[in-house]
Amino acid sequence: MDLQNQKRVQEAAEKYNAEDIIVVLGASDPEGAGIYAETVTAGDPTYAGPLAGVSLGLPVYHILDPLLKAEADPAAWEDQISMMEMVLDGEALTAAVAEMREQHGKSVL
Amino acid sequence: MATVAVKATAYCLNYASEIGLRYGTTPYQEYAAHPDSQFLKDLAAAAKPYEFAARYAPNLTYIGAMSTAELEAYPKPCLENLAAQVTRFGKYGEIMPEDEFLGLLDICDVFDLIWLEKSFAAATREKLAKHPLLTEAQLKLLEAGHEQAAIEAEAADNHALPLFINGVLVGCCRRGHDVDENLSAHVLLENLASKAGAVLSLMHLIKNAGLTPADIDFVVDCSEEAAGDINQRGGGNMAKAIAESAGCANASGFDLRAFCAAPVAAILASSGMVASGIRKNVAVVSGGSIPKLYMNAREHVKKNVPPMECCMGCFAVLLTPDDGASPVIRLDAVGKHSVGAGASPQAVTAALVFEPLQAAGLKFTDIDKYAPEMHDPEVTVPAGAGNVPEANFKMIAALAVMKGQLEKAAIPAFVKERGLHGFAPTQGHIPSGVPFLGHAIDAMQTGQLGRAMIIGKGSLFLGRLTNLADGASFIVEKPGLGAAAQESVSRSDVEAVILDVLGDLAKKLKE
Repeated sequence: MDLQNQKRVQEAAEKYNAEDIIVVLGASDPEGAGIYAETVTAGDPTYAGPLAGVSLGLPVYHILDPLLKAEADPAAWEDQISMMEMVLDGEALTAAVAEMREQHGKSVL
Repeated sequence: MATVAVKATAYCLNYASEIGLRYGTTPYQEYAAHPDSQFLKDLAAAAKPYEFAARYAPNLTYIGAMSTAELEAYPKPCLENLAAQVTRFGKYGEIMPEDEFLGLLDICDVFDLIWLEKSFAAATREKLAKHPLLTEAQLKLLEAGHEQAAIEAEAADNHALPLFINGVLVGCCRRGHDVDENLSAHVLLENLASKAGAVLSLMHLIKNAGLTPADIDFVVDCSEEAAGDINQRGGGNMAKAIAESAGCANASGFDLRAFCAAPVAAILASSGMVASGIRKNVAVVSGGSIPKLYMNAREHVKKNVPPMECCMGCFAVLLTPDDGASPVIRLDAVGKHSVGAGASPQAVTAALVFEPLQAAGLKFTDIDKYAPEMHDPEVTVPAGAGNVPEANFKMIAALAVMKGQLEKAAIPAFVKERGLHGFAPTQGHIPSGVPFLGHAIDAMQTGQLGRAMIIGKGSLFLGRLTNLADGASFIVEKPGLGAAAQESVSRSDVEAVILDVLGDLAKKLKE
């Protein structure tokens, strides 16, 4: 996760209660999604950004997680997500993010 | 239908591993933060020599020493199946070794920014004298060189950046001003390296087109560098500097910037100039990017994968009026990502692929090959970015399904048939569609390919001025293909004929 995005997540976590925010990822690669999820839960594994050594433990989900799809407006989903849903391996992405969330997350939905 | 011919192309790589180990963004920032970093030591140990890069199939494909079909059939992973022999020159260009590239930097330097050590300058002169394209006039610009001690002092006392070959100090890049950060040695090295790569590509382009430098009318640079000083940070016109160093005395030029979408945008803008008659021919050129050398190396080192971001990529494309024999770019159906189009992948793909197809009256399956971001997957997959071209082909196929032009079950076949294996260096603007243009026009000239779509996308948010993405696309097709399609009668043609007949009839009745 680039340094700017790490900073934005950190600022959001400081401004609002960690229980009141979730991080939604749109990464296309399960490995990348896992790294992003690790960054906002355990901390930046590359030790390069503001979240290095900062374990926010935020609830993090991939947009293709069925839990989130159930919450989405079907028309907006069709308009913005359905094409990528056909392209990406939603199951693997959901699992990669869930693994980090379960290992390092402090709260879940 | 307005069309412009793609007369010739050129693609070169500048092997620049030792520049990258020090001045690529990832190692450079690491060095600033942790000079004794284990990562930097591991990266230096893992870096591959020129001979490795010049046996790597994606690199050979980029310079035209292999076709895209040959790369498709090549045993994977390419990193574990190097070609038997080192190949420097391909059909479109070359992979230039780093010592010669430093010499070329000096030749392209008109402000005495590059200093080379005397014996290195002499040895490099001998090598460059054998280069098939460099002229006597260019070789005369290579300096005699400086004493090693003078270079050491310039680096130690005056903020010059040292340059190495095999770990030995062989030169430096000096700063252009004592306080202006826009003219720091680092910025100037990036700009000079981009310029030199573009000059090399332009020289190959002129040879490939069978022209002389004097024939070039106009040059458009679409790299990602900003040339200027504190009062005009991105003042520009690298293009004219490139034209000058390539000996194009009759050319002028300008720069066009649009992040990674710039090459496609520059080709479209240049096509407009050629089609309107403003310019008789335009060379669209770009050098490579030092910052992106070893950009993803942290992950490569961690996973024990050879770090292949050791080459700067550059290219040149010559656009001329449609001559009836060369493949053409269609100007009646170009892709534009508008401000209001939306940033979701779906919106971007619709704007860049579906809308131009609709404008041309074509279906998704009327395009034989799509060329979006052509990154080499053996570099991006270990870096956690996935197989970028494959993801793009899947998106195009999925959109075809949504538009009712393809069965969902046919997505894998669509991707295999109309996709390409990525082969471009991860140099930002370089992979953006254009690396396939040379292969495409070759395949069109031999009748193996009818029509291709070149797609460029850019991440404008990196400049912190807008959160928008950007993109542009065009269709290139073999000569006569569009004209043949136009010969078939459309509804509007029929309506026009009927109106003519009715008009004539009304006139006669009045008489």
